[in-house]
Amino acid sequence: MYTPFILPELKKTKKYLILLLLPVWVFLFFNLNYIADFLTFSVFNLQEGKHLTQAVWFFIFEVPKVMLLLVLIIFLVGIIRTWFSPEKTRKALEGKSLFTGNVLAASLGIVTPFCSCSAIPLFLGFVEAGIPLGVTFSFLIAAPLINEVALVLLIGMFGWKIAVIYVTTGLIIAIVSGFVLEKLKLQRFVAEWVYRIKASQQGIEELKPTYSDRIQAGFTAVKEIVGKIWIYILIGIAVGAGAHGYVPDDFLGTLLGKGNWYSIPLAIVLGVPMYSNAAGIIPVVSVLIEKGVSLGTALAFMMSVIGLSLPEVIILKKVLKWQLIAVFVGVVASGILIVGYIFNFLL
Amino acid sequence: MEIKILGTGCANCKRLEKNSLEAVKELGLEATVTKVEDYGDIMQYGILRTPGFVLDEKVLTYGKILSIEEIKQLLTK
Repeated sequence: MYTPFILPELKKTKKYLILLLLPVWVFLFFNLNYIADFLTFSVFNLQEGKHLTQAVWFFIFEVPKVMLLLVLIIFLVGIIRTWFSPEKTRKALEGKSLFTGNVLAASLGIVTPFCSCSAIPLFLGFVEAGIPLGVTFSFLIAAPLINEVALVLLIGMFGWKIAVIYVTTGLIIAIVSGFVLEKLKLQRFVAEWVYRIKASQQGIEELKPTYSDRIQAGFTAVKEIVGKIWIYILIGIAVGAGAHGYVPDDFLGTLLGKGNWYSIPLAIVLGVPMYSNAAGIIPVVSVLIEKGVSLGTALAFMMSVIGLSLPEVIILKKVLKWQLIAVFVGVVASGILIVGYIFNFLL
Repeated sequence: MEIKILGTGCANCKRLEKNSLEAVKELGLEATVTKVEDYGDIMQYGILRTPGFVLDEKVLTYGKILSIEEIKQLLTK
Protein backbone atom coordinates (compact mmCIF):
# COMPACT_ATOMS: atom_id res chain seq x y z
CA MET A 1 0.00 0.00 0.00
CA TYR A 2 1.15 3.47 -0.76
CA THR A 3 1.90 5.22 2.49
CA PRO A 4 3.50 8.62 1.98
CA PHE A 5 3.39 9.38 5.67
CA ILE A 6 5.16 7.48 8.37
CA LEU A 7 3.00 5.18 10.41
CA PRO A 8 3.32 5.81 14.11
CA GLU A 9 6.33 3.75 15.12
CA LEU A 10 5.97 1.20 17.86
CA LYS A 11 8.04 2.19 20.83
CA LYS A 12 10.85 -0.18 21.68
CA THR A 13 9.31 -1.05 25.02
CA LYS A 14 6.13 -2.06 23.23
CA LYS A 15 8.05 -4.55 21.09
CA TYR A 16 9.38 -6.29 24.18
CA LEU A 17 5.89 -6.35 25.54
CA ILE A 18 4.80 -8.48 22.59
CA LEU A 19 7.40 -11.08 23.51
CA LEU A 20 6.07 -11.08 27.05
CA LEU A 21 2.52 -11.55 25.83
CA LEU A 22 3.24 -14.83 24.09
CA PRO A 23 3.97 -16.96 27.20
CA VAL A 24 0.98 -15.36 28.89
CA TRP A 25 -1.09 -16.36 25.86
CA VAL A 26 0.18 -19.95 25.98
CA PHE A 27 -0.35 -20.21 29.73
CA LEU A 28 -3.91 -18.94 29.56
CA PHE A 29 -4.85 -20.96 26.51
CA PHE A 30 -3.78 -24.28 28.01
CA ASN A 31 -5.31 -23.64 31.42
CA LEU A 32 -8.76 -22.51 30.37
CA ASN A 33 -10.24 -25.75 31.66
CA TYR A 34 -9.11 -25.01 35.19
CA ILE A 35 -10.10 -21.38 34.96
CA ALA A 36 -13.61 -22.30 33.82
CA ASP A 37 -13.88 -24.97 36.54
CA PHE A 38 -12.70 -22.53 39.19
CA LEU A 39 -15.10 -19.76 38.15
CA THR A 40 -18.10 -22.03 37.69
CA PHE A 41 -17.82 -24.18 40.78
CA SER A 42 -15.91 -22.07 43.28
CA VAL A 43 -16.79 -18.48 42.44
CA PHE A 44 -20.36 -18.87 41.18
CA ASN A 45 -20.94 -21.90 43.36
CA LEU A 46 -22.97 -23.80 40.79
CA GLN A 47 -23.83 -27.44 41.19
CA GLU A 48 -22.40 -29.98 38.84
CA GLY A 49 -24.72 -31.69 36.38
CA LYS A 50 -27.33 -28.97 36.02
CA HIS A 51 -28.26 -27.37 32.69
CA LEU A 52 -27.45 -23.89 33.94
CA THR A 53 -24.04 -25.05 35.14
CA GLN A 54 -23.29 -26.62 31.79
CA ALA A 55 -24.31 -23.45 30.00
CA VAL A 56 -22.26 -21.18 32.24
CA TRP A 57 -19.18 -23.40 32.05
CA PHE A 58 -19.42 -23.54 28.26
CA PHE A 59 -19.63 -19.75 28.06
CA ILE A 60 -16.72 -19.12 30.44
CA PHE A 61 -14.59 -21.67 28.62
CA GLU A 62 -15.41 -20.72 25.02
CA VAL A 63 -15.25 -16.93 25.18
CA PRO A 64 -11.60 -16.60 26.25
CA LYS A 65 -10.58 -19.55 24.06
CA VAL A 66 -12.06 -18.04 20.92
CA MET A 67 -10.80 -14.56 21.79
CA LEU A 68 -7.25 -15.78 22.38
CA LEU A 69 -7.22 -17.67 19.08
CA LEU A 70 -8.73 -14.70 17.26
CA VAL A 71 -6.21 -12.20 18.52
CA LEU A 72 -3.24 -14.40 17.67
CA ILE A 73 -4.38 -15.47 14.22
CA ILE A 74 -5.73 -12.08 13.14
CA PHE A 75 -2.45 -10.54 14.25
CA LEU A 76 -0.49 -13.03 12.13
CA VAL A 77 -2.84 -12.71 9.15
CA GLY A 78 -2.59 -8.92 9.45
CA ILE A 79 1.18 -9.20 9.11
CA ILE A 80 1.07 -11.73 6.27
CA ARG A 81 -1.33 -9.51 4.35
CA THR A 82 1.19 -6.68 4.18
CA TRP A 83 2.93 -8.72 1.49
CA PHE A 84 -0.23 -8.73 -0.63
CA SER A 85 -2.50 -6.09 -2.13
CA PRO A 86 -5.27 -6.00 -4.74
CA GLU A 87 -2.87 -4.13 -7.01
CA LYS A 88 -0.26 -6.89 -6.85
CA THR A 89 -2.96 -9.52 -7.27
CA ARG A 90 -4.19 -7.80 -10.42
CA LYS A 91 -0.69 -7.73 -11.81
CA ALA A 92 -0.22 -11.41 -11.01
CA LEU A 93 -3.45 -12.35 -12.76
CA GLU A 94 -2.88 -10.37 -15.94
CA GLY A 95 -2.39 -12.59 -18.96
CA LYS A 96 -2.85 -15.87 -17.08
CA SER A 97 -4.57 -18.67 -18.93
CA LEU A 98 -8.04 -19.65 -17.81
CA PHE A 99 -7.57 -22.52 -15.39
CA THR A 100 -4.27 -21.33 -13.94
CA GLY A 101 -5.86 -17.92 -13.55
CA ASN A 102 -8.78 -19.37 -11.59
CA VAL A 103 -6.52 -21.30 -9.22
CA LEU A 104 -4.28 -18.29 -8.65
CA ALA A 105 -7.21 -15.91 -8.23
CA ALA A 106 -8.93 -18.14 -5.67
CA SER A 107 -5.70 -18.63 -3.69
CA LEU A 108 -4.88 -14.93 -3.73
CA GLY A 109 -8.46 -14.27 -2.70
CA ILE A 110 -7.65 -15.79 0.69
CA VAL A 111 -4.67 -13.58 1.51
CA THR A 112 -5.36 -10.35 -0.33
CA PRO A 113 -6.70 -7.69 2.00
CA PHE A 114 -10.09 -6.84 0.59
CA CYS A 115 -13.19 -5.16 1.89
CA SER A 116 -16.54 -5.83 0.28
CA CYS A 117 -17.14 -2.09 -0.10
CA SER A 118 -14.24 -2.07 -2.59
CA ALA A 119 -15.79 -4.88 -4.64
CA ILE A 120 -16.91 -2.58 -7.46
CA PRO A 121 -13.66 -0.64 -8.05
CA LEU A 122 -11.83 -3.94 -7.84
CA PHE A 123 -14.17 -5.57 -10.35
CA LEU A 124 -13.82 -2.60 -12.72
CA GLY A 125 -10.06 -2.57 -12.31
CA PHE A 126 -9.79 -6.26 -13.11
CA VAL A 127 -12.03 -5.99 -16.18
CA GLU A 128 -10.03 -3.00 -17.36
CA ALA A 129 -6.80 -4.98 -17.07
CA GLY A 130 -8.30 -7.64 -19.35
CA ILE A 131 -8.55 -10.32 -16.67
CA PRO A 132 -11.25 -12.80 -17.73
CA LEU A 133 -14.61 -12.52 -16.00
CA GLY A 134 -14.39 -16.07 -14.65
CA VAL A 135 -10.99 -15.43 -13.07
CA THR A 136 -12.31 -12.26 -11.46
CA PHE A 137 -15.22 -14.28 -10.09
CA SER A 138 -12.89 -16.88 -8.60
CA PHE A 139 -11.32 -14.04 -6.65
CA LEU A 140 -14.62 -12.49 -5.64
CA ILE A 141 -15.98 -15.83 -4.44
CA ALA A 142 -12.89 -16.91 -2.50
CA ALA A 143 -12.29 -13.59 -0.78
CA PRO A 144 -15.39 -13.58 1.43
CA LEU A 145 -15.94 -17.35 1.50
CA ILE A 146 -12.58 -18.23 2.99
CA ASN A 147 -12.42 -15.94 5.92
CA GLU A 148 -9.77 -15.83 8.61
CA VAL A 149 -12.29 -15.37 11.40
CA ALA A 150 -14.22 -18.44 10.25
CA LEU A 151 -10.94 -20.32 10.07
CA VAL A 152 -10.03 -19.40 13.65
CA LEU A 153 -13.40 -20.40 14.98
CA LEU A 154 -13.34 -23.72 13.16
CA ILE A 155 -9.91 -24.52 14.53
CA GLY A 156 -11.06 -23.56 18.00
CA MET A 157 -14.29 -25.51 17.97
CA PHE A 158 -13.70 -28.48 15.70
CA GLY A 159 -9.95 -28.80 15.33
CA TRP A 160 -7.51 -28.57 12.45
CA LYS A 161 -9.03 -31.22 10.23
CA ILE A 162 -12.34 -29.46 9.73
CA ALA A 163 -10.52 -26.15 9.24
CA VAL A 164 -8.38 -27.63 6.46
CA ILE A 165 -11.47 -29.17 4.87
CA TYR A 166 -13.15 -25.77 4.97
CA VAL A 167 -10.28 -24.02 3.20
CA THR A 168 -9.86 -26.77 0.61
CA THR A 169 -13.52 -27.04 -0.30
CA GLY A 170 -13.84 -23.25 -0.32
CA LEU A 171 -10.97 -23.04 -2.81
CA ILE A 172 -12.48 -25.74 -5.00
CA ILE A 173 -15.85 -23.99 -5.05
CA ALA A 174 -14.20 -20.68 -6.00
CA ILE A 175 -12.03 -22.23 -8.73
CA VAL A 176 -14.72 -24.36 -10.31
CA SER A 177 -17.46 -21.71 -10.08
CA GLY A 178 -15.20 -19.14 -11.76
CA PHE A 179 -14.23 -21.63 -14.44
CA VAL A 180 -17.86 -22.56 -15.13
CA LEU A 181 -18.96 -18.91 -15.21
CA GLU A 182 -16.27 -18.16 -17.82
CA LYS A 183 -17.27 -21.14 -19.95
CA LEU A 184 -20.89 -20.00 -19.94
CA LYS A 185 -19.79 -16.86 -21.84
CA LEU A 186 -21.80 -14.39 -19.85
CA GLN A 187 -19.91 -11.24 -20.79
CA ARG A 188 -23.03 -9.72 -22.32
CA PHE A 189 -24.67 -9.68 -18.91
CA VAL A 190 -22.16 -7.29 -17.49
CA ALA A 191 -23.58 -3.74 -17.43
CA GLU A 192 -22.56 -1.97 -20.66
CA TRP A 193 -21.00 1.02 -18.97
CA VAL A 194 -18.39 -1.22 -17.37
CA TYR A 195 -16.68 -1.75 -20.72
CA ARG A 196 -16.77 1.95 -21.56
CA ILE A 197 -14.75 2.94 -18.53
CA LYS A 198 -11.22 3.89 -19.27
CA ALA A 199 -9.29 3.69 -16.10
CA SER A 200 -6.13 5.68 -16.07
CA GLN A 201 -3.00 3.93 -15.00
CA GLN A 202 -1.92 6.87 -12.98
CA GLY A 203 1.11 4.93 -11.94
CA ILE A 204 0.41 4.83 -8.26
CA GLU A 205 3.62 3.75 -6.66
CA GLU A 206 3.71 1.35 -3.79
CA LEU A 207 6.14 1.90 -0.99
CA LYS A 208 7.64 -1.13 0.59
CA PRO A 209 6.52 -1.32 4.21
CA THR A 210 9.22 -1.72 6.83
CA TYR A 211 9.09 -4.52 9.38
CA SER A 212 7.84 -2.06 11.91
CA ASP A 213 4.98 -1.17 9.52
CA ARG A 214 4.11 -4.84 9.12
CA ILE A 215 3.90 -5.45 12.86
CA GLN A 216 1.87 -2.28 13.19
CA ALA A 217 -0.48 -3.69 10.52
CA GLY A 218 -0.96 -6.77 12.69
CA PHE A 219 -2.02 -4.61 15.62
CA THR A 220 -4.31 -2.52 13.45
CA ALA A 221 -5.97 -5.67 12.11
CA VAL A 222 -6.59 -6.97 15.62
CA LYS A 223 -7.96 -3.64 16.75
CA GLU A 224 -10.25 -3.26 13.74
CA ILE A 225 -11.52 -6.80 13.35
CA VAL A 226 -11.81 -7.84 16.98
CA GLY A 227 -13.27 -4.43 17.78
CA LYS A 228 -15.95 -5.02 15.20
CA ILE A 229 -16.86 -8.63 15.85
CA TRP A 230 -16.38 -9.30 19.56
CA ILE A 231 -20.01 -8.58 20.31
CA TYR A 232 -21.20 -11.08 17.68
CA ILE A 233 -18.93 -13.68 19.14
CA LEU A 234 -20.30 -13.08 22.62
CA ILE A 235 -23.85 -13.32 21.33
CA GLY A 236 -23.04 -16.38 19.25
CA ILE A 237 -21.41 -18.17 22.15
CA ALA A 238 -24.23 -17.14 24.48
CA VAL A 239 -26.75 -18.65 22.04
CA GLY A 240 -24.52 -21.68 21.86
CA ALA A 241 -24.29 -21.89 25.64
CA GLY A 242 -28.06 -21.60 25.97
CA ALA A 243 -28.66 -24.32 23.43
CA HIS A 244 -25.88 -26.37 24.99
CA GLY A 245 -27.72 -26.69 28.24
CA TYR A 246 -31.29 -26.69 27.08
CA VAL A 247 -31.97 -27.92 23.54
CA PRO A 248 -32.44 -31.66 23.75
CA ASP A 249 -29.92 -33.74 21.83
CA ASP A 250 -31.18 -35.10 18.54
CA PHE A 251 -33.91 -32.49 18.35
CA LEU A 252 -32.29 -30.83 15.35
CA GLY A 253 -30.79 -34.11 14.28
CA THR A 254 -34.13 -35.45 13.19
CA LEU A 255 -34.88 -32.21 11.34
CA LEU A 256 -31.51 -31.57 9.68
CA GLY A 257 -29.74 -34.89 10.07
CA LYS A 258 -28.06 -37.03 7.47
CA GLY A 259 -31.18 -38.97 6.65
CA ASN A 260 -33.03 -36.03 5.17
CA TRP A 261 -32.09 -35.33 1.57
CA TYR A 262 -33.58 -31.85 1.76
CA SER A 263 -31.53 -30.78 4.77
CA ILE A 264 -28.66 -29.29 2.69
CA PRO A 265 -30.73 -27.24 0.22
CA LEU A 266 -32.80 -26.07 3.17
CA ALA A 267 -29.65 -25.02 5.04
CA ILE A 268 -28.39 -23.09 1.99
CA VAL A 269 -31.68 -21.30 1.41
CA LEU A 270 -31.84 -20.35 5.06
CA GLY A 271 -28.28 -19.09 4.87
CA VAL A 272 -28.57 -16.61 1.98
CA PRO A 273 -30.62 -13.87 3.66
CA MET A 274 -28.62 -14.28 6.83
CA TYR A 275 -25.63 -12.02 6.69
CA SER A 276 -24.26 -12.70 10.05
CA ASN A 277 -20.60 -12.32 10.04
CA ALA A 278 -18.65 -15.52 10.15
CA ALA A 279 -17.95 -14.66 13.76
CA GLY A 280 -21.52 -14.89 14.92
CA ILE A 281 -22.54 -17.93 12.95
CA ILE A 282 -19.87 -20.43 13.88
CA PRO A 283 -20.65 -20.84 17.58
CA VAL A 284 -24.20 -21.53 16.44
CA VAL A 285 -22.96 -24.02 13.87
CA SER A 286 -20.97 -25.76 16.56
CA VAL A 287 -24.12 -26.26 18.59
CA LEU A 288 -26.01 -27.48 15.51
CA ILE A 289 -23.42 -30.19 15.04
CA GLU A 290 -23.42 -31.13 18.68
CA LYS A 291 -27.18 -31.48 18.57
CA GLY A 292 -27.11 -33.93 15.72
CA VAL A 293 -27.02 -31.83 12.53
CA SER A 294 -24.62 -33.54 10.16
CA LEU A 295 -21.30 -31.90 9.37
CA GLY A 296 -22.01 -31.45 5.66
CA THR A 297 -25.27 -29.69 6.36
CA ALA A 298 -23.71 -27.45 9.00
CA LEU A 299 -20.79 -26.51 6.71
CA ALA A 300 -23.17 -25.82 3.82
CA PHE A 301 -25.16 -23.55 6.09
CA MET A 302 -22.05 -21.70 7.20
CA MET A 303 -20.70 -21.25 3.67
CA SER A 304 -24.06 -20.05 2.47
CA VAL A 305 -24.23 -17.46 5.24
CA ILE A 306 -20.75 -16.05 4.62
CA GLY A 307 -20.27 -16.73 0.90
CA LEU A 308 -23.66 -15.83 -0.50
CA SER A 309 -25.11 -12.75 1.02
CA LEU A 310 -27.83 -10.38 -0.04
CA PRO A 311 -25.80 -7.21 0.64
CA GLU A 312 -23.04 -8.51 -1.64
CA VAL A 313 -25.56 -9.28 -4.36
CA ILE A 314 -26.96 -5.77 -4.05
CA ILE A 315 -23.46 -4.29 -4.46
CA LEU A 316 -22.79 -6.47 -7.51
CA LYS A 317 -26.10 -5.41 -9.03
CA LYS A 318 -24.43 -2.13 -9.98
CA VAL A 319 -22.11 -3.82 -12.46
CA LEU A 320 -23.91 -7.05 -13.35
CA LYS A 321 -27.30 -7.65 -14.90
CA TRP A 322 -29.67 -9.80 -12.93
CA GLN A 323 -29.21 -12.79 -15.25
CA LEU A 324 -25.53 -12.94 -14.40
CA ILE A 325 -26.18 -12.48 -10.70
CA ALA A 326 -28.69 -15.33 -10.82
CA VAL A 327 -26.16 -17.58 -12.52
CA PHE A 328 -23.47 -16.50 -10.06
CA VAL A 329 -25.64 -17.33 -7.04
CA GLY A 330 -26.79 -20.55 -8.71
CA VAL A 331 -23.28 -21.78 -9.48
CA VAL A 332 -21.91 -20.99 -6.03
CA ALA A 333 -24.96 -22.51 -4.33
CA SER A 334 -24.54 -25.69 -6.40
CA GLY A 335 -20.91 -25.83 -5.35
CA ILE A 336 -21.85 -25.59 -1.70
CA LEU A 337 -24.60 -28.15 -2.24
CA ILE A 338 -22.19 -30.66 -3.75
CA VAL A 339 -19.65 -30.14 -0.97
CA GLY A 340 -22.39 -30.64 1.62
CA TYR A 341 -23.56 -33.91 0.06
CA ILE A 342 -20.01 -35.21 -0.29
CA PHE A 343 -19.39 -34.62 3.41
CA ASN A 344 -22.62 -36.19 4.51
CA PHE A 345 -21.80 -39.15 2.30
CA LEU A 346 -18.21 -39.56 3.44
CA LEU A 347 -18.52 -38.92 7.16
CA MET B 1 -5.95 23.27 -2.34
CA GLU B 2 -8.44 20.81 -3.66
CA ILE B 3 -9.16 17.60 -1.79
CA LYS B 4 -11.25 14.86 -3.34
CA ILE B 5 -12.56 11.82 -1.55
CA LEU B 6 -13.11 8.93 -3.94
CA GLY B 7 -15.80 6.55 -2.86
CA THR B 8 -19.48 5.83 -2.85
CA GLY B 9 -21.70 5.98 0.16
CA CYS B 10 -19.93 3.41 2.33
CA ALA B 11 -19.20 4.12 5.96
CA ASN B 12 -15.42 4.24 5.44
CA CYS B 13 -15.71 6.91 2.78
CA LYS B 14 -17.92 9.05 4.96
CA ARG B 15 -15.49 8.81 7.83
CA LEU B 16 -12.61 9.89 5.59
CA GLU B 17 -14.64 12.83 4.32
CA LYS B 18 -15.47 13.86 7.87
CA ASN B 19 -11.84 13.58 8.98
CA SER B 20 -10.70 15.63 5.97
CA LEU B 21 -13.16 18.41 6.70
CA GLU B 22 -12.05 18.43 10.31
CA ALA B 23 -8.34 18.52 9.39
CA VAL B 24 -8.87 21.42 6.99
CA LYS B 25 -10.80 23.29 9.65
CA GLU B 26 -8.19 22.70 12.35
CA LEU B 27 -5.40 23.89 10.08
CA GLY B 28 -7.46 26.85 8.92
CA LEU B 29 -6.65 26.15 5.27
CA GLU B 30 -8.37 27.45 2.17
CA ALA B 31 -9.29 24.07 0.77
CA THR B 32 -12.31 22.46 -0.80
CA VAL B 33 -13.32 18.92 0.07
CA THR B 34 -15.48 17.21 -2.55
CA LYS B 35 -16.70 13.67 -2.77
CA VAL B 36 -16.44 11.74 -6.05
CA GLU B 37 -19.16 9.12 -6.13
CA ASP B 38 -19.45 8.08 -9.76
CA TYR B 39 -17.60 4.83 -10.44
CA GLY B 40 -16.55 6.00 -13.88
CA ASP B 41 -14.97 9.08 -12.36
CA ILE B 42 -13.39 7.13 -9.53
CA MET B 43 -11.74 4.76 -11.98
CA GLN B 44 -10.11 7.72 -13.70
CA TYR B 45 -7.75 7.76 -10.76
CA GLY B 46 -6.79 4.13 -11.28
CA ILE B 47 -7.49 2.91 -7.75
CA LEU B 48 -8.76 -0.55 -6.83
CA ARG B 49 -9.72 0.25 -3.27
CA THR B 50 -11.93 2.92 -1.83
CA PRO B 51 -11.83 5.36 -0.18
CA GLY B 52 -9.21 7.28 -2.12
CA PHE B 53 -7.68 10.51 -0.93
CA VAL B 54 -6.76 12.93 -3.73
CA LEU B 55 -4.91 16.18 -3.24
CA ASP B 56 -4.76 18.52 -6.24
CA GLU B 57 -5.52 15.64 -8.63
CA LYS B 58 -2.82 13.38 -7.20
CA VAL B 59 -3.85 10.17 -5.46
CA LEU B 60 -2.10 10.08 -2.10
CA THR B 61 -3.69 7.10 -0.40
CA TYR B 62 -6.39 4.55 -1.11
CA GLY B 63 -8.20 1.83 0.80
CA LYS B 64 -7.38 3.54 4.04
CA ILE B 65 -9.25 5.74 6.48
CA LEU B 66 -6.77 8.44 7.37
CA SER B 67 -6.98 9.94 10.82
CA ILE B 68 -7.27 13.69 11.24
CA GLU B 69 -3.60 13.78 12.29
CA GLU B 70 -2.48 11.87 9.21
CA ILE B 71 -4.43 14.18 6.92
CA LYS B 72 -2.87 17.19 8.61
CA GLN B 73 0.58 15.73 7.92
CA LEU B 74 -0.30 15.24 4.26
CA LEU B 75 -1.69 18.74 3.90
CA THR B 76 1.20 20.54 5.55
CA LYS B 77 3.95 18.71 3.68
